[in-house]
Amino acid sequence: MTDLFSRELERRGIALPPRAVDTLQLNITRRCNQACRHCHVDASPARTEMLSAEGVAACLDVLERHPQIGTLDLTGGAPELHPQFTQLVEGARALDRRVIVRHNLTVQFDGDPATKQPMDHLPAFFAQQGVEVVSSLPYYQEYFTDAQRGSGVFSKSIEALHRLNAVGYGVPGTGRVLSLVYNPVGPYLPAPQASLEADYRKALEQQFDVQFTNLFTITNMPIHRFRLHLEKSGQYAAYMDKLLAAFNPAAAGNVMCRDLISVDHLGRLYDCDFNQQLGLHLQRDDGTPETIFDFDPARLLRRSIRLGDHCLGCSAGGGSSCGGATV
Amino acid sequence: MSSYYESEDLKKFGDIGRHAGPLAEEFFKYYGMVTGADGALTRREKALIALAISHSEKCPYCIDAYTTACLETGANPEQMMEAVHVAATMKAGITLAHAIQMNNHLDKLVL
Repeated sequence: MTDLFSRELERRGIALPPRAVDTLQLNITRRCNQACRHCHVDASPARTEMLSAEGVAACLDVLERHPQIGTLDLTGGAPELHPQFTQLVEGARALDRRVIVRHNLTVQFDGDPATKQPMDHLPAFFAQQGVEVVSSLPYYQEYFTDAQRGSGVFSKSIEALHRLNAVGYGVPGTGRVLSLVYNPVGPYLPAPQASLEADYRKALEQQFDVQFTNLFTITNMPIHRFRLHLEKSGQYAAYMDKLLAAFNPAAAGNVMCRDLISVDHLGRLYDCDFNQQLGLHLQRDDGTPETIFDFDPARLLRRSIRLGDHCLGCSAGGGSSCGGATV
Repeated sequence: MSSYYESEDLKKFGDIGRHAGPLAEEFFKYYGMVTGADGALTRREKALIALAISHSEKCPYCIDAYTTACLETGANPEQMMEAVHVAATMKAGITLAHAIQMNNHLDKLVL
């Protein structure tokens, strides 16, 4: 049966061929110091998946061989918990690539769930390497943030943001980019990104003396942990209706999978991190999985992007991507 | 006993045009123009007003719809609760203001 998203594309005559491979997004570990209620990765302290040393080397090799891939985007779990995180960042920066780290803030204090060793060196390391930091802060108030990410997360996040500000992140004129990520704390769509960014800026500056560069609004994906919550609370069908009713052709045309390749801890390739978590890996004509060990951008540009009902999350309202709204 | 208000029924709002299509069409056009876009008031401000009225008019459908609308336009729970307090104080004030009528009548009755 055709999925809801593909049906909507067909009805409106929209095609989504890949445009480029300009971002390599690596999900290097599903281990995380947190276990957020909306997490599409189902990440938690109990997860053990890690990209191998060979996988790390292969990713750096791909970056070296393919200069058109301008951005390395590191995610997880908490990517800092990967034993070769430092090597990966340094390697990519030595190749003069833009490096984005999806940093959950609290890992600075919690560190590795196994060792409890804090990682308070991270702000200085990020600054020294010149990486861009993208951090989830679901709201500018404690209530929603802790409801989603766990008790005490808001106050810890504010302290972590102070540390990032102290080394220049989010401070105008420093060139150190600190993006915050908002996502709804339930089955509703994000408010318009620009107006919410203004609210965040006012509240965080006035109440907490925190600065940041920009805000990304991201729609919750109806998969894994969030889908389970929707189903348990009897809200899944209503949420899918909402996403479908808010289908925006302009947002559909700008979906991030047209320009990005996602890599999992086994080196397999996907259209995006959501498809990765759903196991929708890319396949070659002979049915074998596409991997980072046999990376061919020309072949990847000829692929058909794998679509599903969940893609409606990226096309609703102002659109949603790892870089926030898309229209 | 069945309930008069079922969450699922909110989806049937469009059915109010069943026996008066053109009137419903005009209403929804007007409704969309007023609530669906920023004007002299932002969509957020309008959603907060609508949330307050939803409470004073005691409409469960509207409370659900405008709680969501407030969140989707960026209102926070403090703002939403304060809007409900505005509705509550208006109700209380209106009730108390009618004591003037009571006192007027009392003055008339008392020798």
